[in-house]
Amino acid sequence: MWIYEKKLQYPAWVESCDLRIAKLLFAQYGGPDSELSAGLRYLSQRYNMPIPEAKAVLTDIGTEELAHWEIIATLIYKIIERATLKQLEEASLGAHYVQHGRDLYPHDASGVPWTAAYIQAIEDPIANLHEDMAAEEKARTTYEHLIQSTNDRGVIETLSFLREREVVHFQRFGETLRLVQEHLDRKMYY
Amino acid sequence: MKINKESLDLLKEIMALEFSMIDLNLYLDTHPRDEKPLMIFEQYSCRLKDMKERYENEYGPLTPDRAGNRQWRWIEEPWPWQIDYEMGGK
Ligand SMILES: [Fe+2]
Repeated sequence: MWIYEKKLQYPAWVESCDLRIAKLLFAQYGGPDSELSAGLRYLSQRYNMPIPEAKAVLTDIGTEELAHWEIIATLIYKIIERATLKQLEEASLGAHYVQHGRDLYPHDASGVPWTAAYIQAIEDPIANLHEDMAAEEKARTTYEHLIQSTNDRGVIETLSFLREREVVHFQRFGETLRLVQEHLDRKMYY
Repeated sequence: MKINKESLDLLKEIMALEFSMIDLNLYLDTHPRDEKPLMIFEQYSCRLKDMKERYENEYGPLTPDRAGNRQWRWIEEPWPWQIDYEMGGK
């Protein structure tokens, strides 16, 4: 189960009203390598992991990704909260406004809705963990592209925090992969 | 959304401390027998409990189980996404 706590993992802040970056941030809200994909992928893969360390890592990182999803939502919310329809239209958020108003909705930076086809769970722990490591690297790269696309100090600081987390997750998944591999090798010999 | 400076400062301290604990938690998941980070985790855990108690007594509940002291305070604003964490800039 999960319990909601009335706080963010990081004090997400925005300096100005960069509506262009708000639109691009949807990449991490509902895109293929978004925080949503990461969270649902890891939480779906955890059930049949062969060792306790792997069950814990997938549960805990999966949970952290949902907290990151909330941080991305907060950045977008803060930027578009006071924007007029005209300003939204100028930033190519007119279509978003027509369908969703200023609400969040899991679509990517160009409006394509999120789909479970972005993620996979196939019981094989080695295959699953390789997918997870690749997902972390793709999310890190997406953050780098986003950071290059804005001058807003608040957005850059917040995204730099999230980028750093992808590096840590990649590291933890790598360690988990090694532990699982050792476990499977032991099983083969005895 | 308005929030007073003292409660914001304490909330941000709680956020920072709990984040350090999440990072230690992930490390311990793959290094469960590493004693030093485990010790630090235990220290942080005590400190966090005190800080949360102080915050919840003075400013309001962080989780619903702490929200029902004679009045239902869970619905009070601000919610996390409404807070201006840098009070208008750094
Ligand atoms: Fe991640």
